[in-house]
Amino acid sequence: MASDAVAGTAVVDSVADVGALPDIARREPGGWLVPAAAALVVAALPFFVSPYGQDLVLRIAVYAIFALSLELLVGATGLVSLGHAAFLGIGAYATVLGSGSDGASLAWLLPLAVAAAAAYAVVVGALSLRTRGVYFIMVTLAFAQMAYFVVHDTKAAGGSDGIFLYAKPTLAIGSTTLVDLGNRAALYYAVLAALAFTYAFIAMLLASRFGHALAGIRVNEQRMRAAGFATTPYKLAAFVVAGALAGLAGFLLAVKDGAVNPELLSWHESGAVLLMLIFGGIGSLRGAVVGAVAFTLLKELFQSEALLGPLAPHWQLTLGLTIIAFVAALPRGLIGIGAQLRALARERAARAARNAA
Amino acid sequence: MSAVLAEVAAPRADSAARPLLEAIRLGRRFRGLAAVDGVTLDVRIGEIHAVIGTNGAGKSTLVNMLSGELAPSAGSVRFAGDDVTRWSQPRRARAGIGRSYQRTTIFGEFSVLENCRLATQANAPHAWRVWQPAARDARGVEIAQRVLAAAGLDGDARRVAATLSHGAKRQLEIAMCLATSPRALLLDEPLAGMGAEETGRMLDLLVALKDDHAILLIEHDMDAVFKVADRITVMVNGQVIASDTPERIRTDRAVQVAYLGEGAGR
Repeated sequence: MASDAVAGTAVVDSVADVGALPDIARREPGGWLVPAAAALVVAALPFFVSPYGQDLVLRIAVYAIFALSLELLVGATGLVSLGHAAFLGIGAYATVLGSGSDGASLAWLLPLAVAAAAAYAVVVGALSLRTRGVYFIMVTLAFAQMAYFVVHDTKAAGGSDGIFLYAKPTLAIGSTTLVDLGNRAALYYAVLAALAFTYAFIAMLLASRFGHALAGIRVNEQRMRAAGFATTPYKLAAFVVAGALAGLAGFLLAVKDGAVNPELLSWHESGAVLLMLIFGGIGSLRGAVVGAVAFTLLKELFQSEALLGPLAPHWQLTLGLTIIAFVAALPRGLIGIGAQLRALARERAARAARNAA
Repeated sequence: MSAVLAEVAAPRADSAARPLLEAIRLGRRFRGLAAVDGVTLDVRIGEIHAVIGTNGAGKSTLVNMLSGELAPSAGSVRFAGDDVTRWSQPRRARAGIGRSYQRTTIFGEFSVLENCRLATQANAPHAWRVWQPAARDARGVEIAQRVLAAAGLDGDARRVAATLSHGAKRQLEIAMCLATSPRALLLDEPLAGMGAEETGRMLDLLVALKDDHAILLIEHDMDAVFKVADRITVMVNGQVIASDTPERIRTDRAVQVAYLGEGAGR
């Protein structure tokens, strides 16, 4: 009940900020300034950070794209999927399998990876969206496990060892190479551009009438049907877009690592990206990115033998306990800290006023 | 403006006399129990047709079959001359059957205006143009402002819907229903939990709306029903036991016995 009141007041604040727009309570303070400033900082990092650090930034950026794609389902539409890694993995495998041993053009590989993930999302979405709630979670999980075992047990896909990407994709016109993702700097800025694109694209969707319809479906699907919305096509569209963007993340991951393995499709991976959202704060694009940053950094920290010594091999335990502690303390995620502190201050002021009276 | 007006309320002069929405021998069984059994009734533009009955009489089940949320096990539903029995609820809603719910179902976290604008969208052209922000949906905003004014909520357009009073939420529920440009309104207990003043305002609204809408009203508040209804249908155990003008229903012996109680009317 208390948390309801908190959420209510926060919404009032944000709507007051927007003024005259017919809005939805999904505004974030600072508008585009904060993400733009963050992008500039990350773009400048290669001049200051070691190659190891750059690789860590890339991994975070790829997972941020992955988390943003799931946010479109979980936060925006209210569809909790526990099989989202299937689309990441399919995008990654399509990249490697489509590349062959001589490498391939970016103009062919990237659409291939995205289309493969989107195609699987059409199938999974069409079947899983007939169910709701915990059944939806289970059906998406089942489809992801199916994809996992297909990859795991198929020789062409390299079985449990996975496969290498022999040559990184390039984009060339005639004999001039425009983009070579084998080049570290080119890859860095390509991943950064993909993250900026994904963020802006989902923000655009959410601001559109389509996005508002998704929000309506999240809040009360029955009411939306009564208003004349055939809700299933909307949900399927969201599901396919989310799958396609996860495929984009998979493409970048395969190119960055130069290899793929079945673990990319495992339910651990689906669970991890869901945790990133919960950690960062569901219902916020910034929360998805912050969650990806925090989760990846914490994982790095707890896996570090230099820092944690004999505890390092048990990183799943330490990371898990840390996340439980964080979620218990911050029910609205890292991104909600500010609002939570403001609500606390208001409560304290109200109590002080009561005591004084 | 006049185009928008026509879009919100599209009265058809020729349809006033003919039934707009009809239930024909409609029935629904739940595990052998007949919740609604052979109900035939109709609603015309220009009238409020109230359906009354005790809890469990089958009123809500009837509304759910008319709106398309529940498939009937027998009979058919006709709307504006079409057999819509097999149409999904969204399709019926787009065709002009609007409904409100007994439990308030507004989108609490949206602004009042956005609640109504969103409701206009299912029928809107080009609603899939995802590069256009919803905030610039001029048609939707214009219709939303009109229906809010009609429902007496124009002063609250920018408020967060969850912060409205209970009565205002019920008005918003009706406004959202109107935003879909319906010709038939199925209102499931719009007066539930309202104070006297709020009830009066809502009844004025319903009477104003009946000029160009066919209204089916389910309501427990008997004073209100007898005040505004043009026709009343009484249901008991899933069946219609009487359907007539308020004056005749008030003196109907079967209604007094079955519904108002043995001692009523004396």
